Amino acid sequence: MNTETITFENENSVIQKDSTVVRMEHLKKSFGNNHVLRDINLVINKGENVVILGQSGTGKSVLIKCIVGLEDIDEGELEILGENFAELNNKQLIEIRKKIGFLFQSGALYDSMTVRENLEFPLRRKSESISKDKMNELVIEALHNVGLDEAINKSPSELSGGMRKRLGLARTLILKPEIMLYDEPTTGLDPITSKEISNLILEVQKKYNTSSVIITHDIECARLTGNRIIILKEGICTTEGTYEELERSEDQWIRSFFE
Amino acid sequence: MIKHNLIKYFNKFKKLYLHQSNDQLNDVDTNQENFSEINLNSLLNKFFLEVTSIATFTFRFFKEVIKPPYEFNELIKQSFLIGYKSFPLIAITGFIIGLVLTIQTRPTLAKFGAQSWLPAMVAVSIIREIGPVITALIFAGKVGSGIGAELASMKVTEQIDAMQVSDTNPFKYLVVTRVVSATFMLPILVVLSDAIALCGSYVGVNIKGNVSTYLFVTQIFQSLEFQDILPAVIKTFFFGFAIGLIGCYEGYNSNKGTEGVGKSANSAVVFASLMVFIIDMMAVQITSLFQN
Ligand SMILES: Nc1ncnc2c1ncn2[C@@H]1O[C@H](COP(=O)(O)OP(=O)(O)OP(=O)(O)O)[C@@H](O)[C@H]1O
Ligand SMILES: [Mg+2]
Repeated sequence: MNTETITFENENSVIQKDSTVVRMEHLKKSFGNNHVLRDINLVINKGENVVILGQSGTGKSVLIKCIVGLEDIDEGELEILGENFAELNNKQLIEIRKKIGFLFQSGALYDSMTVRENLEFPLRRKSESISKDKMNELVIEALHNVGLDEAINKSPSELSGGMRKRLGLARTLILKPEIMLYDEPTTGLDPITSKEISNLILEVQKKYNTSSVIITHDIECARLTGNRIIILKEGICTTEGTYEELERSEDQWIRSFFE
Repeated sequence: MIKHNLIKYFNKFKKLYLHQSNDQLNDVDTNQENFSEINLNSLLNKFFLEVTSIATFTFRFFKEVIKPPYEFNELIKQSFLIGYKSFPLIAITGFIIGLVLTIQTRPTLAKFGAQSWLPAMVAVSIIREIGPVITALIFAGKVGSGIGAELASMKVTEQIDAMQVSDTNPFKYLVVTRVVSATFMLPILVVLSDAIALCGSYVGVNIKGNVSTYLFVTQIFQSLEFQDILPAVIKTFFFGFAIGLIGCYEGYNSNKGTEGVGKSANSAVVFASLMVFIIDMMAVQITSLFQN
């Protein structure tokens, strides 16, 4: 494999430019008359963290939902891990989904289960059976990673907003996916916890060479985690670049994200 | 392959149709002149859309219920919850119905000097009609609304989406298990409720009269025929199925937003109760057809 590798200054992770994990071409998605995504062209490489910025309601969440197939695309091409999404049958879709982790904007915790059961759920659902000890170990490790060790036997309704967010993150990371999609991982968290989450995202990237899409309004998180930043406006990826490039942009509107 | 294409076309058709109706709904606000005409049109449209979507949902249920893998653990858990949660309420109402019905019937029978028919009369009406229907209505209120609200809130908070991403078919895991449990738990609850109602009736008989347990029981069994019991039990399976399915349908297709939760719970109860009566009516027609 002749991979051209680039190392970013602030990272020591390896991004392989020519092994694409997600490719979107002329992707369109609308809800009735609401044309949310008009023409999305986007490439995500192996081991890369891509941050997506954009105003509320521009379709950032819809965009990443298309990647896991929670929303069907209307037009355009979507290729994930080398497979054309439109041609996948149910079984292949499940196989692909196993490799993708999704952190929901709202956390999407299962209210009828305890924290422990929430974390065990994705593990149980994985086809290979995992021994009880192994499962317990993974659960404790996942909770430790997000600093929720004590909450293990609580129910999600007893947790604070930030704790729910972190639990959602733990549940997504427990399967160690190849592609991670974070929908606002740090929103509603204090600056210290935000920074911890950002570091966790970086750690995951380094440890498992995960490719991630991070939707955020938290510019500090974007600075810390993103190798590349994409700005979404009116259903089109208008601007792309590194944090430093965009920060020094000529465009007042783009710079306003960084203030 | 053909099937796949068909489904694709069907989905496209559905999409087109949905958008069209959305446009028409928007027209209602802007185009005041033809208000009533369009309103009727869109109402009809809405009605047929609803019917189509319920039919699709039911069809999907039958498709998924036979397809492995089966969610046995969840099924057992749901059956337990559904049965256990509604039993106390159903037991209390059953007892009261039996008691009250007996006390109320006595004067009428006394007029004809047919007081000795009291246990038989009450038993037949409880087992054939009142037991199944009242139990089903309470079940609809308790379980139907519960399922509607639960699934709707899971939908609103993206829990259903989350299941889908973690290799779980939410339809199988949530809908199939609940509908199947409701279908099989309601008949059990009805039988229990009938039994409790007869106990209530026994108490009612003995408030004014004095009937020994032995006499009471033999009278009931003499008056009841197999023809009374079997159709009454069979129809409760349909009651349970309808209540479970409607609860799931309302919840699973709930609108986003928290007000969708309340609406789903509410329409689940209303619609399921109505269905109970409709099925009951059909059951009466069918049984009388067989008995003649
Ligand atoms: N299931 C849906 N049905 C209809 N419209 C939808 C649906 N999901 C999203 N939309 C619409 O798509 C648009 C984009 O929504 P989306 O949730 O992607 O915004 P967002 O960029 O994530 O915003 P935020 O930063 O506030 O989360 C909104 O106008 C929304 O109304
Ligand atoms: Mg969003």
